[in-house]
Amino acid sequence: MNAPANRRGPGLAVIIGALCFLGFLALLFYGVRQSGRGDREALPSPLIDKPAPEFVLPLLHEPGRLVTSKELLGTPYVLNVWGSWCPECRVEHAVLTRFALTKRVRVLGYNLKDEPADALRWLEQFGNPYMLVLADRDGRAAIDWGIYGAPETFLVDAQGIVRWKHVGALDDAIIDDELVPLLEQMEAGK
Amino acid sequence: MSRAAHWMLACALVFGLAFALAPVRTASAQASTDVAPLQFHDAAEETRFHALTSELRCVMCQNQSLADSNAQIAHDLRREVLDLMRQGKTDDEVVAFLVARYGEFVRYKPAIEPSTWLLWFGPALLLLGGGVVVARIVRARSRREVPAPTEDQEW
Repeated sequence: MNAPANRRGPGLAVIIGALCFLGFLALLFYGVRQSGRGDREALPSPLIDKPAPEFVLPLLHEPGRLVTSKELLGTPYVLNVWGSWCPECRVEHAVLTRFALTKRVRVLGYNLKDEPADALRWLEQFGNPYMLVLADRDGRAAIDWGIYGAPETFLVDAQGIVRWKHVGALDDAIIDDELVPLLEQMEAGK
Repeated sequence: MSRAAHWMLACALVFGLAFALAPVRTASAQASTDVAPLQFHDAAEETRFHALTSELRCVMCQNQSLADSNAQIAHDLRREVLDLMRQGKTDDEVVAFLVARYGEFVRYKPAIEPSTWLLWFGPALLLLGGGVVVARIVRARSRREVPAPTEDQEW
């Protein structure tokens, strides 16, 4: 009498179980794949497509001169966060210098929590790729940018909207595949 | 003669020591810029501060709370949290301040919104699904085994 029900009951359970198992397997595989990414701990910035925070910061080379965020509007700029205490910044320095020399976009430095003397010596030793360097000694303004270490790099457009952020050292691939296409897109949109 | 040699040796030692200590001094200067512990006005403020920072995740060392982390950025953010509290901000406002800058990630308890529904309700959904499967199996077996135990088996 209940023979067909018997056959259907366990069959359905087996199918659901198998689907769950495959689902978990896929999840595991996805997790393992993701864990191999170099930037797996990079946080996505909530500032993307939002206005860059307002700030007033002195120049590293001219501490008496304060630069405000409003002064930087008009053309896009790349903001590179660095410090003389940051070993990764030295790794990315050559890449950044090469990119800055293309004069594709203004490259500004953001010297984070550094002794001015150390920062100046670092730039003298390795070369200064920046158009200007903002100095944030206590790291207060950095909190508004969502900066949590160095190096970090932002792209801000002419209207002052943050368009892109990269956490960690830049390399040629990131510049060619992410930064340059965005710049082209921004130029095309203008 | 031997006196001069002693002097030279002493000079060399002092010189070498100065060189050896110089980088240590600058290295610790970076680390010790502002590691002074935060000063609380009263116990209530301290309790509130600890409750709040233990619910916030450190952005640098991602498996520690803001309260536990020794990273420089965690120290800076703790200072910021205390300042915001003193400006009269509520806990929700303090959390919103950090979320606006560092993202939803900083919360140990994410907000309930469409993108986190799966996170919040996923386990319950799985439990429900498992329960349905178990119920079906139990029902199917009980129907099958009701007529079975007619034989006089000894247990």
